[in-house]
Amino acid sequence: MIHLSYVDLALAAVLVLALGLLSRHLGLGIERSLGWSALRTAVQLSLIGLVLKVLFQHVHPGWVALMGAIMLAAAGREVMARQKRRLAGAWGYGVGFVSMFVSAFTVTVLALLVVVQPEPWYAPQYAIPLLGMLLGNTMNGVALALDRINQGAWQQRGAIEARLLLGADAATAVSALRLEAMRNGMIPIINAMAAAGIVSLPGMMTGQILAGSPPLEAVKYQILIMFLIAGGTGFGTVAAVWLGSRRLFDGRERLRLDRLTDG
Amino acid sequence: MESSGHSSHAGGAEKPILSGASAMARFLVEGVVIRHVGPVDLAIRAGECVCLSGPSGSGKSLLLRALADLDPHAGDARLDGRSAEGFAPADWRRRVGLLPAESHWWTDRVGDHFARWDGEAAALLGFGPETRLWSVTRLSTGERQRLALLRLLANDPAVLLLDEPTASLDAASVGRVEALVAEYRRSRDAAVLWVSHDPDQAGRVAGRRYRLEAGRVVAEAAGA
Repeated sequence: MIHLSYVDLALAAVLVLALGLLSRHLGLGIERSLGWSALRTAVQLSLIGLVLKVLFQHVHPGWVALMGAIMLAAAGREVMARQKRRLAGAWGYGVGFVSMFVSAFTVTVLALLVVVQPEPWYAPQYAIPLLGMLLGNTMNGVALALDRINQGAWQQRGAIEARLLLGADAATAVSALRLEAMRNGMIPIINAMAAAGIVSLPGMMTGQILAGSPPLEAVKYQILIMFLIAGGTGFGTVAAVWLGSRRLFDGRERLRLDRLTDG
Repeated sequence: MESSGHSSHAGGAEKPILSGASAMARFLVEGVVIRHVGPVDLAIRAGECVCLSGPSGSGKSLLLRALADLDPHAGDARLDGRSAEGFAPADWRRRVGLLPAESHWWTDRVGDHFARWDGEAAALLGFGPETRLWSVTRLSTGERQRLALLRLLANDPAVLLLDEPTASLDAASVGRVEALVAEYRRSRDAAVLWVSHDPDQAGRVAGRRYRLEAGRVVAEAAGA
């Protein structure tokens, strides 16, 4: 494996710098946010590198669990921030958080215990990156699905209420929208699986190959990850849509758009 | 705004309903309050049509939504003495049918929206059996309004809450809709609450007439 020096990174940073100069020249006005996010990348990743280093040195289930909890909490926040309209109050956070917990967490633990089987099973070298990749993708699916169902309920209010008025129960009145939202959440991972290897070389596999792993080993891990992500995203999306759409109705099966806030 | 009236209706659901006119009521409204409307009390007998008018923004549509239990509200509505709470929400809305001023359709084919197709009623409003195959997007406003009424009647509701059901119809169609509702009311002993802006129509279809003013339902003088 070829080690990277800080000089190497500085050389790559020149690219970003050049892009910033071009942006100023063209009047694009993105140089500020470009610089800021480049800096954030460097700082955030360095910090997480330090954290992982410490975590790998002190293998303890408590630390791994704490790290996992922090990642999950951050993903929950991100899901909330990405919805144009979201459920008001604790529900806005809770629906995404709970559905990611039941999908990404469960799939990670399952993969560690049954498939990868590291020693001990919670070994942070395996647990944290797996959870990270699952959360990152599940988060996308859940955010897309929740955004769709909340927006959809708002836009299709008349049609949903028309069905209620003709004697449909809440589940029937919102069924078409539910399916649409679930599909919306799952399409990115389905597309990613279909394009993997032909259009795109997935980042994890590329990283492993760059770090010196034999390609076929890297490919096997990538396939594993893709399947886990598909499962995690799919189940997370279904759970989020189910929970979120239930909250859109009250005990008397009225459509309660007053429970949505304009994010 | 309102200084009195609210307190007297607290716990109105406990009032004995077998007293006076309300014992006869097919549809009984007790102390319903929704936002700036109410408390509203109203009793409609089986086979009776009551007309409600009032300036736009007075809350007529809001009141009808509360009666169909589509919006949270205070107070109670009863069908044949049985409280709305005692029905599953979907059953209540099937029995107490609300026709909103604007109709909405969720698939493209007209027939998909009907629980059953009553050929006789459809013919009365000028629709043949082929109408079921029509595309919703190609319906005119008037066709939509008439089909929305047919779609509602197909559920066999015991109470009709009609929100300006003839607003976008020509005179001939208005007459047919009025005749159809009258026929339905008589044959099913249905209670009808008809919201209309048109005093002539109110005179034609309804026995008793009320106005919604400042959130209260007040009787309109006969012949006014």
